[in-house]
Formats: sequence, structure tokens, C-alpha cells
Amino acid sequence: MDLSLLPDGGMRWLDASGPKSTIVLSTRIRLARNVQGIPFSQRAKDTDRTAVLERVREAASSSDHLGSAVAFVLEEMGRSERQLLHERHLISKELAGLEKESAPRPGAALFVQDRVGVMVNEEDHLRLHGMWSGFDLEDAYAEVEAVDVELGRLVPFAFHPEFGYLTSCPTNAGTGLRASVLIHLPGLVLTKEINKVLQGLSQVGLTFRGLYGEGSEVVGNFFQLSNQTTLGKTEDELIDHLGKIVRQVVEYEEQARDVLLRTAPEEVEDKTWRAYGLLKHARRLSFEETMNLLSGVRLGVGLNLLPGPGVYTLNKLLIYTQLAHLAAMDGRSTGDRELPTVRATFVRRLLEDEPTVEPR
Amino acid sequence: MLCDNCKERDAIINLTQVEHDSKVTLHLCEQCAQLKGVETGGAVLKTPLGGFLTALGKGGALVPTPSDGMRCPACGSTLRDFRDSGRLGCDHCYVTFDAHLRDLLRRLHGSSQHVGERYEAPGEAGDDADPRSRLLELKAQLRRAVEGENFELAAELRDRIRVLE
Repeated sequence: MDLSLLPDGGMRWLDASGPKSTIVLSTRIRLARNVQGIPFSQRAKDTDRTAVLERVREAASSSDHLGSAVAFVLEEMGRSERQLLHERHLISKELAGLEKESAPRPGAALFVQDRVGVMVNEEDHLRLHGMWSGFDLEDAYAEVEAVDVELGRLVPFAFHPEFGYLTSCPTNAGTGLRASVLIHLPGLVLTKEINKVLQGLSQVGLTFRGLYGEGSEVVGNFFQLSNQTTLGKTEDELIDHLGKIVRQVVEYEEQARDVLLRTAPEEVEDKTWRAYGLLKHARRLSFEETMNLLSGVRLGVGLNLLPGPGVYTLNKLLIYTQLAHLAAMDGRSTGDRELPTVRATFVRRLLEDEPTVEPR
Repeated sequence: MLCDNCKERDAIINLTQVEHDSKVTLHLCEQCAQLKGVETGGAVLKTPLGGFLTALGKGGALVPTPSDGMRCPACGSTLRDFRDSGRLGCDHCYVTFDAHLRDLLRRLHGSSQHVGERYEAPGEAGDDADPRSRLLELKAQLRRAVEGENFELAAELRDRIRVLE
């Protein structure tokens, strides 16, 4: 399976072209759908799963949005390749079969075309998704909805007049919609306002997660904010509500950054330059340290304290300094003890390619 | 330490409550904690939906309720399977366990009525294509809603029926 078949590696969202992209990295839309009459994941037999895959494959091939999609059948892929797809936020850990001793289930697959894709045989038979650069809920939803309408004409989805789209877990029933934004909030973390903001989110029906979604930890001050409920509101209402709150959070973050600049300008400047200096010169870097340093540099760039590197480069560093990416790049195993050295070398090389950044 | 309530058994649970702006910590044994409505031991399910699912059992504990043995004719899942895993077996489970799910969905989402995009599977008759069959379906739903004492839904269905009629 060749990942280079994917234009932009399936990560066009990295290019930082979207609105508010110094603070909001990406916008993701996901719709959960199941095929009528076939048992859900929990009860499905291998033959059910392969039947789902074949139906999706057939539908995708005759659709506009997925007609030239690249298909990845996870069972046929090695562990490190599956991990690469997970690190690119294209598949969940569960679908990739990366949890402990697990392996991918028969029929588990991913179809990707440009910015949209379908995970097949995850918790639900189909998880349609799209990932956009920056803060762009409307465009992302419009595109994923178009995929949904197209596939729904070719595959009969499970739908109930009262409960809406039926999902394996009732927390997703109704619209099956999870809209989320990956947002960088160092200002709120440094001013210790973050807990107030996160607590407020649950009161307005939103939730937050770490960098890789459900069950993942918060690293590098990146938070994934998303809607908690999926039923009783229209798709537009859910998206508008999330959008309104995210705009508010962005505003709070900007205010927190102003406070930092007003009250401790030298400390903030020192912090961002130190982060940049370490990334530029360190010889060994752990993933966690890299994330934290990248957070410091991103803050500096956002505040115009650092004249570079570009946000695109910072985004690329987030993805390519992960375990499976480094290992693949250097022909090593993901358990290789030299990976911190490989990571530091890669970071230095990428930063050297950037226009020279000189202290003012 | 002895239980603050019965002063007989060992306290195993610290219950902190906020009353009139001050924090009060009670040290309780399992029995007294349960009396105060704290779920303990086996009563706390491990699934993320545990709290909701347990609440559905009404008593709070894992005492099998008569409906636990109810089985979905399509996939063979029982309500017990759902309580244990937090996952439904198939689309028909939503019909088999509809009363339970309606209650659960309300707790989870604040509503059980989908108001988002309507969907018709390929080959199914649409609203416009056959309003009469749509009307019959709505009336059947209304009957079920009234039987299930789901008056909120019933009122909504009645409105939709009026529009169609």
C-alpha cells in the first residue's frame, strides 16, 4: 500500500490556508452511518463486515466524491503503515488495530479522496469525514454532506423517523454528526484561564479532547473542541452553536495573549525564542518535548515575536515528528532507540530550509 | 475509622458535599453510602454510559430488571448486552428497545426526536410520492407514543398529522 498515492499525503489541511489558522489548526466533520439490516460492529460477523466493505467499495466507485478515492484495506497493511494513517488523523486507533495486541478487523478500510474520506467498519459501518485547514465548519460540512447524500442514494442507511440516523452507540444517534476544531490555546494555559473555559464548554453542550480525539491526552496546548450531543437539533444548529463558541474561545485566547504581552512581554519573548533555539539546535528530542516547543514557537509566530518559521512548516512538524513518520522516513522500526536523535535532526533540517530567522 | 452515620461499620467512602458554601466530608460505610444515593462497588458500571444505563435500571444497582432478558429478534442482542457494552447490536434494536432508548436518548441529548436531515433509503417511497402511507405510518407512531405515555412526542406527531391531513 503506497501512501504517496495520496496527494498532499491526505493532509491538505496542513497548508494553513484556512481562516484563523495560527490558532485553529483544522476543522473536522464526521458523520456516522450504518447500512440497513446488517448487524452493527458489536454483533457483526466477518462476513457482515466484508459485505459492508464491498457495498461501500461499489458505491464509492460510482460516486463523484469518492470515484477516484485511494482505498486502504487495513488488514493488508503492516502495523507501521497503519500507524502512519492514524498519525495523519485519517483513521482512528481502533480502526487501525493499534490498541495493545489488537489487529485490524476483517473489512476495516479507509477510502480517501482529496479532503474527504470514509472509514469502513469502525464503530459504525461508515464514518464519513472531512478535514479542512483552519476554522471552516461550513465548507467542511457542505462537502461531507455532499458525500453523504451521494452514498445514501447508493447504500441504504439505517434511519428511524423519530431517532434519526441509527448508530452503534446512542451517543451518536440522530444526526450522527461530530464537528470538531483542533485549536491551540497556549495563552489561556499560561494565564491559567483554561480550566474555566473548559468547564464552561460542558455547560454549553460541548466537549474537549486531546490531539488524537477520543481518549487521547492534551499535548502541546492543542485541544479538540466538539459538539457533545447529536440529536434534537439540526445539523446547521449544531454547527452554528459550535462555531459561535469556538469564535468566543478564539477571542478569549487572543485576549489572554494580549494580557501576556502587556504584563510579561520579556518573559513571553524569552519563552518563544528559547523554544525556537532548542528546536533549532537540540540533538535529541522526545515527541512530547517537541510538541511543547512547537507550541512555544507557534505562540511567538502568532504574536509576531518571532518572524518565522511559517505556520505550514510548524504544522508539518506536528505530523512528521511522530513515531511512525520518523521511523518510515529513516527506515527504522518504531521501537528504535535512536528516534529522538532522528527527530532532532529532522526538525533542524526543516527549520534550516525556512528563511533565516534572526533575533531582532 | 467508623462510619459517621451508623457508627458501627468501617467507613470506606468519603462523601464530600457542599452545603451553604461550606464543604462537609462524611465518612460512610457501603450500606449508609447507598442509603444516601451513592453508587458503590458493583453498582458502578465500567462503560462510559454506565451512569445513564444504571439509571435506566431504576434501582441504581445491577439487579436484573424484567426487561433485561428482552431480545432483539433481528440480531439476538439483549438489553443486558447493551447495558454491559454500551453498544447496540443492530438497527432493529432501536425498535425492539425503543421505550428504553427513548428515555436514554433524552438523558443523553435532551431530546429523542431527530429534527435534522430526513433520509429515504433508495427505493423507499418518499413523503411526496405517497402522503397516504406517510400518514398511516405517522398515525401508527402516534398510537405507539400514546401507549408508551410519551405525550411530548405524541403532541409533535399530532401536529405533523394535521399538516398532512
